[in-house]
Amino acid sequence: MHRIKDCVNLYAHYVSLNLRSAMQHKASFFLQIAGQLLTSMTTFLGITFMFMRFEQVGGYTYADILVCYSIVLLQFSLAEMFVRGFDAFSSLVRKGEFDRVLVRPRSPILQVLGARFEFTRVGRLLQALIVFSYGVRASGVEWTPVRVLTLISMLLGGILLFAGLYLMYASFCFFTLEGLEFMNIFTDGAKEYGKYPVDVYGERMKKFATFVIPYALVQYYPLQLLLGRSDCWYCMLYPLGAVVFLAACYAFWRFGVRHYTSSGS
Amino acid sequence: MKKYLSFFRVRFAMGLQYRTAAIAGMTTQFVWGLMEILVFRAFYADNPAAFPMTFEATANYIWLQQAFLAVFAAWLIEPEIFDCIVDGNVAYELCRPVNIYDMWFSRSMASRLSRVLLRCIPILMIAPLVPKPYGISLPPSAGQFLVFLLTLALSFLVSVSFYMWIYVLTFYTVSPLGLRLMVGSVVEFLSGGGIPLPFFPEKVRRFLEILPFASMQNVPLRVYSGSMTPGETQRAILLQIFWLVVLAAAGRAMCARAVRHVTLQGG
Repeated sequence: MHRIKDCVNLYAHYVSLNLRSAMQHKASFFLQIAGQLLTSMTTFLGITFMFMRFEQVGGYTYADILVCYSIVLLQFSLAEMFVRGFDAFSSLVRKGEFDRVLVRPRSPILQVLGARFEFTRVGRLLQALIVFSYGVRASGVEWTPVRVLTLISMLLGGILLFAGLYLMYASFCFFTLEGLEFMNIFTDGAKEYGKYPVDVYGERMKKFATFVIPYALVQYYPLQLLLGRSDCWYCMLYPLGAVVFLAACYAFWRFGVRHYTSSGS
Repeated sequence: MKKYLSFFRVRFAMGLQYRTAAIAGMTTQFVWGLMEILVFRAFYADNPAAFPMTFEATANYIWLQQAFLAVFAAWLIEPEIFDCIVDGNVAYELCRPVNIYDMWFSRSMASRLSRVLLRCIPILMIAPLVPKPYGISLPPSAGQFLVFLLTLALSFLVSVSFYMWIYVLTFYTVSPLGLRLMVGSVVEFLSGGGIPLPFFPEKVRRFLEILPFASMQNVPLRVYSGSMTPGETQRAILLQIFWLVVLAAAGRAMCARAVRHVTLQGG
C-alpha cells in the first residue's frame, strides 16, 4: 500500500514538473493548443462531408459515428497526454541513458513516463468533448447508470489499451535499438480509423480487433450498449479486456528489460 | 545549374540510404490504403448511387495516393532547413555563391523523389494483385497514362514550391512548430488527402479546385482513372502551371527579401 502511494506521489510530481515547464512558454503553449484544436477539425469535417452525401454507413447514422469518433479521440488524447513518455524511448535506449533509469530505486516505467506529458493535447480533447456532446444529443442517447458506467469503462479501457501499445513499442526498442515506424499503424491508425466502428471494416477486421489487438473491446461492443443498439449490459465490462492486453505487453516489457544490454559507454 | 544538380544528387543519394525506414513506411501506407478502401466499400454498400465516381476510380485514387504520398505529403518537410534557420547556421549557407531558394528547392525535390522511388514500386506491384474492384487497374489508354505522368510531375513541382513558402516564412516567425502543424493537416485535407475532393460537397469542391491545393494532389490521382473529362483535365493542367509559376516566382522573391532582412539567431 505504501509503495502504491509512493508511486502515485512520484507520478503527480512528474506531472506538476512538466506542467510548470510548459507554462514557461505560455504563448507557444496556448497557440499549440489552438493548433491541435484546429488541425483535428479536419477529420471531423471529413466525416461531415461524407454524411452530406450518404445517409448512413453500415447501419450507423451521422450522430452515431460522431459519438464513436469522439470517444476514440478522447481515449487517444488522454493516452497521449499521460502515457506518451514512451515516445522518446528509442533515443533513451540508443544513447545508453536507460542505465541511469535502472539504477534508480524507483519503477523504470514510471520514470520513462515522467519524461514527457503532452499537455497541448488539451486542444484535441476539447474538440472531442464538443463533438461528443453534440453527437450524444443528436443520436438520442438516454443516460442510465449503466450507460454512464459504460462510458467510463470505455475511456479507461481505451487509455489502458493505448498504454499497452506504447509499452509494446518501447519493448521492441530493447531489441532493435530503433523506434519501429510500423507501430504507428496500431496507434495513429487506431485514432485515424477508429472513427468508424470496427464492424464497418468488415467481419475479418472485427475478428482482428477482438482477438489480436482488442480495439473492439473498447470501441465496438460497449458502443452497441451506449447507442442502445443492444441490451447486453455485460458489454460494459468488455473494455476491461484491455487489462489483459496491457498485462501481456507488461510481460513483454519485463522480458525486454531482462535482455537489455547497454549501448552506451 | 550544375551546382544545383549536385545538391540534388547528394540529397538523392542520401535519401536512398534509408531502406529500412522505407519498408516500414511502405507497410504503413499499404495498411492505410487498405483501411481507406474498406471504409469506402462500406459507404458503397449502403448507397452506390451517391458515389461521385466509380468504385474502381476511387480504389485507384487511394492506391496511387499511397504510392506517391512522398510527392505531396505535407509532413515531409526537411527538418535540417528549419534547424539551420532557427539556430542561425543559415549564415554559412548564405556565404555560399548560390541562390538559397534554388538550393533548397533542389534539395526538397531530391529528398521527395528518393522517397517516392523507394516506396512507390512495391506498392504499385502489390496493389494490382488485390482483387477487383479493390485493387489498382490499368489506365484506360496509353495517352491517358502520359497525361497522368505530366500532371503528376506538375503536382510534384507545385507541392515543392508551396512547401518552400514554409521555409521562407520561418525566417520571420522563428518557431516553425505552429506553422508546420497547421499547414500539415489543413493543406493535406484541402488537397484531397483525407477524402478525395469529388466527395466534398459540390460548392466547396468547386471552390477548392481553383486553389493551389487541388493542383498538388487531387489532379493526377483523378486523371489516372479518367474520372475527369478532357476539358476539365485541360483546365486543371493550366491551373497547375499557373500555380507553379505564381508560387515559385513569389516564393523566390520573398526569399530574397527575407534574406536581406534576416536577423541571425545564435552566436
